Amino acid sequence: MRRSSTRKTGSAVPVNPSSGSSDTYRSASSKAVSKEVERIDNLFYAYADASSGLIDPEGIESFCSDLEVDYTDVRILMLAWKMKAEKQGYFTLEEWRRGLKALHADTISKLKKSLSELEKEVARPTNFSDFYSYSFRYCLTEDKQKCIDIESACELLDLVLGFQFGPQVDKLVEYLKHQRDYKVINMDQWTSFLRFCNEINFPSLDNYDAELAWPLILDNFVEWIRDKQS
Amino acid sequence: MALLNQSVTKLTNILEGLPEMPFSTMEYMLLCTTIYNLFVTKGPPDYSELLYEKYKKSLMDYIESRVLPPLRSKHDEYLLQELVQRWLNYKVMVRWLSRFFHYLDRYFVTRKSLPPVTEAGMTCFRDLVYEEMKGKIKDVVISLIYQEREGRQIDRALLKNVVEIFIQIGFGSRECYEVDFEAPMLQDTAAYYSRKASKWIIEDSCPEYMLKAEERLKQEKDRVDHYLHTSTEQKLLENVEHQLLSVNENQLLEKENSGCLALLRDDKVDDLDLMYRLFSRIPEGLNPVSRLFKQHLTAEGTELVNQAENAASSKRAEKRDAADSPQLVLIRRIIELHDKYMGYVRENFQNHTLLNKALKEAFEVFCNKSVASSSSPEMLASFCDNVLKKGGSEKKLSDEEIDRTLDKAIKLLSYINDKDLFAEFSRKKLGRRLLFDRYGNEDHERSILTYLKQQCGAQFTSKMEGMVTDITLSKEIQSCFEDYLHANPHAYPGTDLSVNVLTTGFWPSYKSSDLTLPDEMIKCIEAFKKFYDSSTKNRRLTWIYSLGTCNINAKFDAKSIELTVATYQAAVLLLFNSADRLSYAEIKAQLNLTDDDMVRVLHSLSCARYKILKKTPTTDTVSPNDVFEFNSRFTDRMRRIKVPLPPVDESKKLIEDVNKDRRYAVDAYVVRIMKSRKVLGHQELVLECIQQLSRMFKPDVKLIKQRIEDLITREFLERDEEDTSVYKYIA
Repeated sequence: MRRSSTRKTGSAVPVNPSSGSSDTYRSASSKAVSKEVERIDNLFYAYADASSGLIDPEGIESFCSDLEVDYTDVRILMLAWKMKAEKQGYFTLEEWRRGLKALHADTISKLKKSLSELEKEVARPTNFSDFYSYSFRYCLTEDKQKCIDIESACELLDLVLGFQFGPQVDKLVEYLKHQRDYKVINMDQWTSFLRFCNEINFPSLDNYDAELAWPLILDNFVEWIRDKQS
Repeated sequence: MALLNQSVTKLTNILEGLPEMPFSTMEYMLLCTTIYNLFVTKGPPDYSELLYEKYKKSLMDYIESRVLPPLRSKHDEYLLQELVQRWLNYKVMVRWLSRFFHYLDRYFVTRKSLPPVTEAGMTCFRDLVYEEMKGKIKDVVISLIYQEREGRQIDRALLKNVVEIFIQIGFGSRECYEVDFEAPMLQDTAAYYSRKASKWIIEDSCPEYMLKAEERLKQEKDRVDHYLHTSTEQKLLENVEHQLLSVNENQLLEKENSGCLALLRDDKVDDLDLMYRLFSRIPEGLNPVSRLFKQHLTAEGTELVNQAENAASSKRAEKRDAADSPQLVLIRRIIELHDKYMGYVRENFQNHTLLNKALKEAFEVFCNKSVASSSSPEMLASFCDNVLKKGGSEKKLSDEEIDRTLDKAIKLLSYINDKDLFAEFSRKKLGRRLLFDRYGNEDHERSILTYLKQQCGAQFTSKMEGMVTDITLSKEIQSCFEDYLHANPHAYPGTDLSVNVLTTGFWPSYKSSDLTLPDEMIKCIEAFKKFYDSSTKNRRLTWIYSLGTCNINAKFDAKSIELTVATYQAAVLLLFNSADRLSYAEIKAQLNLTDDDMVRVLHSLSCARYKILKKTPTTDTVSPNDVFEFNSRFTDRMRRIKVPLPPVDESKKLIEDVNKDRRYAVDAYVVRIMKSRKVLGHQELVLECIQQLSRMFKPDVKLIKQRIEDLITREFLERDEEDTSVYKYIA
């Protein structure tokens, strides 16, 4: 569990002591900055657990209800990504600051508005693959855990790819639940799912070549689909 | 001048065969001197030029008056004859005249850069006669050739002379011959044989056609030897080969009742020989032949497999290893098939690579099929086992024949993919042969190992060789043990014991249960242990009771009979020394055997051929509620009987073990390959892996992929970020 090193004081971030007129602007903007930071911090403490100094799952739940977003919504995951949050279900102050600062949101309403922008940002291809990988890592809750179980993987797939690649995800989830060879999904396989959706024609699957380096689980998936089709 | 004209006329007349006196020496000298004088006379007119022109004109006149008219009027053969005659005459003419005018060559010709007189003379002939008549002549020659091809006799000498003309008229180059004669002749040949081929292909069977083709090719070669120029040979033969062989090859070979497949079916060796001879002449000619050869072989082999499959399913479940089981019969037949067609390849097809390859590929197809759940490596191993064991199927064969059979059987191994499976089955069966003293002849055991080593390398056979050596060593240990007992009579355990000491690494892994031994046996074990510990250091003995045998003296009412049984069976029987009736549960409790073993052992003693124990109820199968009693009323006419204990079918486990080994092997090779190449694409890695493992087995591509993924998880390899089909070695 990673703890941030901030103290639990409510005092503001130190401000540059203004000295002379040349610093007026700076001090004014830094004053604005410090105000923003203060509001972000205050928002944090509104949800944080007093003893741990982190926002824990309960805090997140109330945060989400204030945002009027379900806590299982993909946008929360996106938010976590923006924050580069390390542990699922918890936000540290640093992460919180990072995320909200990047979104220029220091109140709930601003945050609400920024969500649609965030969605667009994530949808950009370069960001999306990063987000996609992040989402897998985010689910590795135990130390040294390298894989996630099938059930969770299916849920995650639906959450993260369901909007963009609905038919593929549906079929893949159906297959993953049906097959018996694999009980967990590792990072390599996870990454390949996105590649599959991006590169392979669906539902024809005509450009899929099992001789190439696709993971075996996808070879089996394609075979399963083809068997069903015939 | 007049003299000159006279002489020319005289010459002409001579040549024409008109009555004329041959030139006398005087006349000749006079002529030459005259010309000489004319030549050296200086001043206009320049007689040299005149003389040269005169020379040429004389010849041209001669041609016009004497040569061309007869030629123009003749046809066919007569034309040729005339031509030859005229040509010869003309040459004589030129020779004489050039003698007369010889002096011109010395100075005039070189000074004026004119062709020398002889050449000038011949050129006249070429320009006036040859150029006009060449077409006609060529046509006549070609039509004569046609007639000869159709079987009529023609005047070959005449043709030879005519062809000579074509050659000589080129003055050193063969261009005239090639352009004016050879090319049209080849074209005509092509048309001729094309017609023949079209006719024959419909009317004749494949062998008939081939015979005709061979005959024609011989004829054409003959033709060249007799009257064509040698340079024509290759072009002509290629031409004919193309028309007769290339064009119709596929149609010919695929003829329903007489084509390649039919010939193979009917073992028409001579025709096949001919086929090879003919088609090896044309480029890629053997491709269809090998294709059909492969097709035939594959069909034959697959048919054998199907027959075996049918036989196996119609017979009731008999022992797989029985000498006449369908599986073993199949192996024997496949060996015969191999011999037969290998013979063809060697003798009739001159060991040609294409046909060798076809045979190999065909065998690879059906040598990997299984029959009634026995895989081909298992069948082959059973076959070899049968040959090697005492009282096996081949007992009637001589040592040499056995050796040859083994050699042939091992050759089949090269077509089988799962060689490692064969090795394991062989090892298992070897173990049984060695331990139950069922091997016929140690020499044969050694020779099969030699053949295997040749085929598959030393690694393949090292364990089995160790096993054979172990048995020899065991015999020594046994005799030391007996000496020891002799020397220490108090150590004698009460029962004779012989022990085979096996080195664990060489032998297959054997399950052994925690059998509770009867006391008699315990004593034996301890005696040996003491002996062995005293004579060796740091060795641990693990006893495998499932492989032991025991001779028991059983006192029945009628008479005593010595029973040869397995250790398990002995353990059960000895219990009845202290109890008359025992239930299944009691036996099990006392011996600590598994249910599977219990059923097997009790069945062999109570429900099989020799009912040593009486079972209640007297059903055919053993159940946990049964009760057993010593059958004192048992008897047999023999004094010694063997009560067999059928072995457990361990083939499933064996296959599992081999699969496990394969996983390790693939892992090891993938890592080794990646370590040396550092970065490698997926497909190359897979190919490399398959190739390196091919000596032992044919790895499934899926297996390789699976192992690669496992190695990625274990962080031996990783995928390249840019190109996901490339792997990198993680040092």
